[in-house]
Amino acid sequence: MSELRELYQEVILDHNKNPRNFKKLDEHSHHANGHNPLCGDKLELFLEVEDDIIKEISFVGSGCAISTSSASLMTQFLKGKSIEDTKQYFEYFHDLVTGKQLSDDELEHLGKLAVFAGVQEFPARVKCASLSWHTLMNALDSTEQTAATE
Amino acid sequence: MFDVQKIRKDFPILQHEVQGKPLVYVDSAASTQKPQAVIDSISELYSKHYANIHRGVYYLSQKSTALYESSRETVKNFINARDAKEIVFVRGTTEGVNLVASSFLEPLLEVDDEILISEMEHHSNIIPWQLLAERKGAKLRIIPLLENGDLDLAKLPELLTSKTMIVAVTQMSNSLGTINDIATIIEQAHDKDIPVLIDGAQSIAHMPIDVQELDCDFFVFSGHKIYGPSGIGALYAKAEILESMVPYQGGGDMILNVSFEKTEYNEIPYKFEAGTPNISGAIGMAVALDYVSEIGISNIDRYEQDLLSYAVEQFGQIEGLRFIGTAALKGSIISFVLDGIHPHDVGTIMDMEGVSVRTGHHCTQPVMEFYNIPATTRISLAFYNTKAEIDQIAASIKKVKELMG
Repeated sequence: MSELRELYQEVILDHNKNPRNFKKLDEHSHHANGHNPLCGDKLELFLEVEDDIIKEISFVGSGCAISTSSASLMTQFLKGKSIEDTKQYFEYFHDLVTGKQLSDDELEHLGKLAVFAGVQEFPARVKCASLSWHTLMNALDSTEQTAATE
Repeated sequence: MFDVQKIRKDFPILQHEVQGKPLVYVDSAASTQKPQAVIDSISELYSKHYANIHRGVYYLSQKSTALYESSRETVKNFINARDAKEIVFVRGTTEGVNLVASSFLEPLLEVDDEILISEMEHHSNIIPWQLLAERKGAKLRIIPLLENGDLDLAKLPELLTSKTMIVAVTQMSNSLGTINDIATIIEQAHDKDIPVLIDGAQSIAHMPIDVQELDCDFFVFSGHKIYGPSGIGALYAKAEILESMVPYQGGGDMILNVSFEKTEYNEIPYKFEAGTPNISGAIGMAVALDYVSEIGISNIDRYEQDLLSYAVEQFGQIEGLRFIGTAALKGSIISFVLDGIHPHDVGTIMDMEGVSVRTGHHCTQPVMEFYNIPATTRISLAFYNTKAEIDQIAASIKKVKELMG
């Protein structure tokens, strides 16, 4: 059970039950859809970017606890961050969930998002955790394509 | 007397542990585990008898050929076809459906013709027809689902029109477990001279099949879903229909004479088996069918039905659990959702308890759409599962609820 507790930490369960920034943004500069065809996870991401800073970010959709909480924590984490930093965080986060070694410094940058380290023990769930981040990168590229993790 | 403990000993993988716990394998609808006899048959072929078939005049080639062809005979007997030439070896159900779509229906299909399938079909019995319909400007029509997971066969008479060129339906749903009344479907279609393809991917391992009694025109199944190897399956078609069909793929073994001007095709079923086939697969599948016959498919059916009733009773007591698919006539498949918990989380937690279940849409997205859910957790039982395992599964579902709060 210890790996499971590691995966389903309280903060993850909390964000699954009560996702933050769970709404559409009428005013937005960037938008993308994400879809994981294998499990049916779907999410829609909205960003309002001004002067290369994420002023507002939100999402709607449905998915498992890992994908919902990941999207929720991501939106919380990225509000106020620059686009350049965001791209760096994407790399860190990706390394974190796929089990690559991160330096203490890099881990510190991720802050609360470090709770997703448990995902690396569950290869089948990596795509759940990273769906919102892939969708984010698509949104920033301003492509209107649906991001897919399959 | 059906002795499940004795049967379990025939399956080496069931003796193993997963995540430090005894394996509870309940994903047999996706693929079944293999008995030692099947594993041994493949090793024995490669150790003692192997060569390419239908070619050599030497001993090994003839031995291989004899084993391969007697496998065809075994398939013929298992589904009670009239003649072994009505059995075409294919890669699996998917290829069987594609073969019928390309070699039977495509030359006959015209603009605005109709292909009738059902709302509960596996993607493999949707896409080949959809692709063909798009190529030819034909239409795909659908027998709708009822809330309990049965097909709404009251709609069948109006769906079978003068434009309907084929009916393709599953005998048993892989996501709902529903066993369809294919006798009625075949009878009504035949009244209007419409041929019928039965997808037997699920039914083959759970009930006796008699294609002559059913009078279906095509029947397809996969070896790996009936305790045999993957990459092999069989297409049954009535001989006169096979004769009328155009070749599927071109290549060696499907010809009698080749020149650059003209090729004369081999007789059925070889006309549809281009290239060196899956020799060990066919032989392994036949050994699997013999293994099942020895236990008796009716005995298997009875045992699994008992297991199914027990499971429904146990899981039915879990608060917040809703069954998806509650038809009166079902094979040993249970799909369910838990209030507020996504099936993917259910699957991961159950796996940590040693329980291998399938979560997702089970290649039946229209079914998920019908019930307005993204996915289900599916427990599919085989005759090697036990009531003790059902208790363990029920306990693991309770653990899911506990952990996810």
